Amino acid sequence: MIDVNREGEVWVFAEQHNGQLDDTPIELMSKARHLADTLGVKLAAALLGDGVKDLAAKLIHYGADKIYLVEHPLLTSYQTNSYAKVIFDLIHKYEPQIVLYGATITGRDLAPRIASAAKAGLTADCTDLQIGDHKAGSDNELHKNLLFQVRPAFGGNIIATIINYDRWPQMATVREGVMPLPAPDGKRKGEIVTEQAQLSQKDLPLEILAEHKRPRKVNLKTARVIVAGGAGVGSRDNFKLIWDLANCLGAAPAATRAAVDLGFIDSDHQVGQTGTTVRPTLYIAVGISGAIQHQAGMSQSQKIIAVNNDPDAPIFQIAHYKIVGDLSEVVPKMIKAIREKDVNQNGPREN
Amino acid sequence: MPYNCVVLIKQVPDTKRITGEAMNEDGTVNRSALPAIFNPEDLNALELALQIKDQFGGRITVITMGLPAAAAILRDSLYRGADDAVLITDIRCAASDTLATSYIISCAVKKLDYDIVLCGRQAIDGDTAQVGPQLAEKLDITQITYVEQLSELKDKTITARRNIGNGWQQVTAKLPVLLTVTGEANESRVAAAKKIMKYKNARAPVEVRQRIKAENPDADEATVNELVKQHCDRLAGEGLLIKQWDLDYLQADLNWCGRSGSPTKVHRIQSVVLAAKESKVVEPTEKGISDMVHELIKDKTIA
Repeated sequence: MIDVNREGEVWVFAEQHNGQLDDTPIELMSKARHLADTLGVKLAAALLGDGVKDLAAKLIHYGADKIYLVEHPLLTSYQTNSYAKVIFDLIHKYEPQIVLYGATITGRDLAPRIASAAKAGLTADCTDLQIGDHKAGSDNELHKNLLFQVRPAFGGNIIATIINYDRWPQMATVREGVMPLPAPDGKRKGEIVTEQAQLSQKDLPLEILAEHKRPRKVNLKTARVIVAGGAGVGSRDNFKLIWDLANCLGAAPAATRAAVDLGFIDSDHQVGQTGTTVRPTLYIAVGISGAIQHQAGMSQSQKIIAVNNDPDAPIFQIAHYKIVGDLSEVVPKMIKAIREKDVNQNGPREN
Repeated sequence: MPYNCVVLIKQVPDTKRITGEAMNEDGTVNRSALPAIFNPEDLNALELALQIKDQFGGRITVITMGLPAAAAILRDSLYRGADDAVLITDIRCAASDTLATSYIISCAVKKLDYDIVLCGRQAIDGDTAQVGPQLAEKLDITQITYVEQLSELKDKTITARRNIGNGWQQVTAKLPVLLTVTGEANESRVAAAKKIMKYKNARAPVEVRQRIKAENPDADEATVNELVKQHCDRLAGEGLLIKQWDLDYLQADLNWCGRSGSPTKVHRIQSVVLAAKESKVVEPTEKGISDMVHELIKDKTIA
């Protein structure tokens, strides 16, 4: 447990696999930069691995002032104990105020282990981070410049702002896609602090026998237009309507968790609190009721069209264009209208 | 060889079934109106433990930290095949965050004999997925998270397949381990009629006390205590007494429990209120849709 201190840096865990930086540390950079600037302290990234030094420059371009680089053959592949030990030791030595992690499979495996060892607070799946003051206790003691850890709770039906003021560091995990990717500045300079890892084989109780990762089938985060289908689409066969509409718009097909659970489409396409968070220019929600958990993943879309035969579907509360009707009839009409406009604008084209 | 399993379970409000009845007039959720259920992924954890027991033998102890009403999910676990049930209940557990919760539960698990600790990946109220890994750290055992399949259990070695997002990972480790189990891992079995018959009268002492007080409203404390003791002794003789542990029994350091043991505190809660928005109703006709498409092309939303 480290003491509460006001000089501590803001840190981001620079998750990497096979020498590739995950999106989450980069996404966290712009928010972390803002937090560090507000507090008047440095922003650093904790980069662990073997032969990953070139990633340091990238992290600096995205906003880090400092990189704590720990390289060791035993850190080549992630596993809980080795990574937790190294980061715990770094935290003890350098006493950051704030440590942020992506709420990835790795982050959710790692951060709580570190929090438990450091007896520090950890808030999962934050959707926003701010600096603010908090009054506590019967004597209304004022704690200034705390990290406000904002997250949906209770199945997404409430937004809670969590703080911790008596155990340091303040730690939080943030889901992928929640914060936008910042633009890199190739001219930024920073410092690399190299640390030695005190590791032995006993810090690696897991043996990884095999691993199979396939590239993601769709990149929802960068899609300009998304066509999403929900349980209302009815069947995997009927989901063809979603694919067709997406194709004629050059859009990415997506789905709610319900549709994924029903087997209509692969989980790579899932949008929502437990899927991907998206912010496209246009989001077309077809046969989607609009449960809070889904809305959490797409409510930042610039324009939303909702198609549902239930006029009371919650999705209509946030839709800009409300179409109450049978999607099996409405979607073909949309496809027809889009293709006609296309022909009118550009002349006939091959489909 | 048999393996002894400890399964952590939690009773949670059914956050996925927010109906009109559970909504207040101002659009906020009325939490106390939600039905309490067995946390779904904890059922998957219990099922995995039961499959281990089916194949290798051993005992399964289910353990929960909660209000007296949580005894219901302990009974549910007994109906499905668990052997022992422990209720950790104490008013001083209230307001515990994941760190304090994992500390309290670690005090209890340390009193048990286990090879494998299992829990659901996360609970549907907190959604943090933190208690499992934090408990593993406190027990100083290896954690394997996001387990979707048990591949092999041989002597003191376990091999499991983890779901790592867009893929899987096969890992092996020496026991003891803690597993967090995902919803995709299995289908939990239904309660067996015979076990329901056997365990439906299983009770924790606090439940016995509640009933005796209700049936004897004018009895004094001494009488109530005597009646409770008699009834509990009878239940224990029939193997129907659910163990009940408080923080004193656990010799827990109160500084690490409840509010004082919880570094994370709530600064503010805002209800998500479904709010109306500037929107246009589009007729589901060819013309209505065509006009909408035209508008979207005109403002360059559609290229």
